[in-house]
Amino acid sequence: MAASSENLKPDTSGSCPSEFMTRRALVIGGGIAGMQTALDIANAGYEVVLVEREPSIGGRMIQLSETFPTLDCSQCIMTPKMVEVSQHPRIGLMTYCEVDEVAGEVGRFDVKIRKKAAYLDREKCTGCGLCIEKCPTKVPSQFDIGLGKRKAIYVPFPQAVPPKPVIDAENCRFFKTGKCRVCEKVCEVRAIDFEQTDSFLVERVGAIVVATGYDLFAKGAVAEYGYGEYPDVISGLEFERLNSASGPTNGEIRRPSDGKVPKEVVFIQCVGSRDQEKGVPYCSRICCMYTAKHAMLYKHKVHDGQAYVFYMDVRADGKGYEEFVQRGVEEDGTLYIRGRVSRVFRDDDQIVVWGVDTLTGKKIVVAGDMVVLATAIVPTAGSREFAKRLGISTDEHGFYSELHLKLRSVESARPGIFLAGCGQSPKDIPDTVAHAGCAASRVTSLFFTPEPGGGSRDSSLQLASVGRSGA
Amino acid sequence: MKIHYYPGCTLKATATQFESSAVASATAVGVEMVELPRWNCCGTVYSLTSDDLIHQLAPVRNLIRVRNEKGDAVTTLCSMCFNTLKRANLLVKEDPEKKRTINAFMDEEDDYDGGVEVVHLLEIFRDKVGFESIRGKVTKPLEGLRVSPYYGCLLLRPEEVGIDKAESPTVLEELLKSLGAEPVDSPYKAECCGSYQTVDKPDLVVEKTREIIWWAARNHAQCVVVSCPLCFFNLDRRQKDLAERDHDAVILPVFYFTQLVALALGLGEKVCGFEKHVVDPRPLLVSKGLI
Repeated sequence: MAASSENLKPDTSGSCPSEFMTRRALVIGGGIAGMQTALDIANAGYEVVLVEREPSIGGRMIQLSETFPTLDCSQCIMTPKMVEVSQHPRIGLMTYCEVDEVAGEVGRFDVKIRKKAAYLDREKCTGCGLCIEKCPTKVPSQFDIGLGKRKAIYVPFPQAVPPKPVIDAENCRFFKTGKCRVCEKVCEVRAIDFEQTDSFLVERVGAIVVATGYDLFAKGAVAEYGYGEYPDVISGLEFERLNSASGPTNGEIRRPSDGKVPKEVVFIQCVGSRDQEKGVPYCSRICCMYTAKHAMLYKHKVHDGQAYVFYMDVRADGKGYEEFVQRGVEEDGTLYIRGRVSRVFRDDDQIVVWGVDTLTGKKIVVAGDMVVLATAIVPTAGSREFAKRLGISTDEHGFYSELHLKLRSVESARPGIFLAGCGQSPKDIPDTVAHAGCAASRVTSLFFTPEPGGGSRDSSLQLASVGRSGA
Repeated sequence: MKIHYYPGCTLKATATQFESSAVASATAVGVEMVELPRWNCCGTVYSLTSDDLIHQLAPVRNLIRVRNEKGDAVTTLCSMCFNTLKRANLLVKEDPEKKRTINAFMDEEDDYDGGVEVVHLLEIFRDKVGFESIRGKVTKPLEGLRVSPYYGCLLLRPEEVGIDKAESPTVLEELLKSLGAEPVDSPYKAECCGSYQTVDKPDLVVEKTREIIWWAARNHAQCVVVSCPLCFFNLDRRQKDLAERDHDAVILPVFYFTQLVALALGLGEKVCGFEKHVVDPRPLLVSKGLI
């Protein structure tokens, strides 16, 4: 949305008379953005309903191995937060649920939530995992982006919150053939319920925060890189799973086709990003940094390996970012080649990359073992349709539109509906957490009512003036 | 079905074997290619200059010839003719201002409306005849023949006129499979052959040819198949130069796709004009029992 002066007028979204204000918030999406928002609102003393469509909270961040520029393990910093969310007395966690409809207005939204059939009673379930162990059906795991397997009754990953499984009816043997019911037989608390259907409930809330995150640029959209055709051409997120201790290779860097440890890995940046012809025109903002991180982590695990990075320019503008990139070059020998790649193809068991070094003007051919593509961030599939349901707007790419790009980036044009994280635009983790905190503060200031008759607002002013005179 | 056919200059000169094998193959699968009674140069290379309508006159005039015959579609064989005609048509169709200027300039001709569809014979085989139907008419399957499709550029680019995905085309592969041949992938299949550099910088084209042929052979192809007479010339003729300067160079015969269709349909060697090839494909075909 254009930054018009209209959007800078005083916020009237809080003008809902306080007697009509439901001091309770809905947060849609349980990734780092949604979790942070929910925690901040709940810690301010208000109730929060957190809806997540997957069986567990954690979102994209929990899929990551380690995070730039500090290299903390994503699970280590995230699982305590996930537990905090699930145990917070003021957060009602609703996983495997989706928001279907939003009626009403700021202060009194009525939100219809669909509780997807999990085919088991998640209240009864103790999370013992016996059903998962005995389930005979194995299918590719979405959490591992198809690099690993999961069962038809599953939790997406071992640290899932809640640790309760769901049955994937599309692949379940019982749903497909009418025979099996092994999970039902082994369940001691009789939680399995094949008759379960989607159920609905309506929650009344005063404000909504949309934190639905992002997807990656579609496989195969850049056919010349062979993504989707050659198993050893993978996306950055797949590399995260390969590098993750809980991933399909237990954290060993092994290429998907034959399990060989790749000795030369080529990273290609800006795949889809900044590509007006075949991709998206914007910068995805995280790829320069995670590619630098990937090359570094690869070298930490494969000491005799060599990482090549084809780049357009390196955008390392956060705190500690440029230093991080330099460390990769100086200490881990990452070889940066400024130029684009025209084709990637398989030659026997190698993956050959044709590129150009625009600094020397020479064609470059790298016969490597694996290629990692820094594919663009795109809005979550169906974001346009979902925005319509919420009554908010999207930009030309499908990201949710903020009211003012600089000054009001967490407000949607609909009063009472706020935005957090990558649903609004691509962000790295620090920016996402900051954005989420900002959304939470907007919600709490909407909910907060000064005490009548010279209450807290006035006394805070006095405190401020005392502070100044004392300085 | 009947379709108007625009040959272009090469099909009447250095690529007569392309035309004879195409007309015979098309007839055999129920497509009658009716040559336009009058036609002129296609314009050769589509002009990218914005204020250069004079270069659009040649292709548009050919499209008017199709209209003169009451036609609404025309087929071509040469990738370059196909590209130039289709892009000129697109320009006229999408820019009424330019259409008016072109029509006004050629006031001796009927006005052109942009309504002629330009299709490549490969598209007719794929979309109208169908590869399954062609498979059903094969009497001499090209069994054991490993062929590397080479698309070049003009059949696929730009996207709005391309007959298949620019970076990962499959139409020739599918055709080859329906003929019983084994398609072989090559990283060079949609790269440039060097095009008209062959006139001024033949050495450059010899090197392009070396790479294209080498990669096809590396993937165990026994021959290369093309749809463009210029690609054919470069790959076929420049292999002679390559062989002269490098005795160890890999040499592979080059075919037009219609020659392989004609062989598989049992139309005989005569329509294929193999004697015109610089790299004689007949020893390979004899070894496979195909002629």
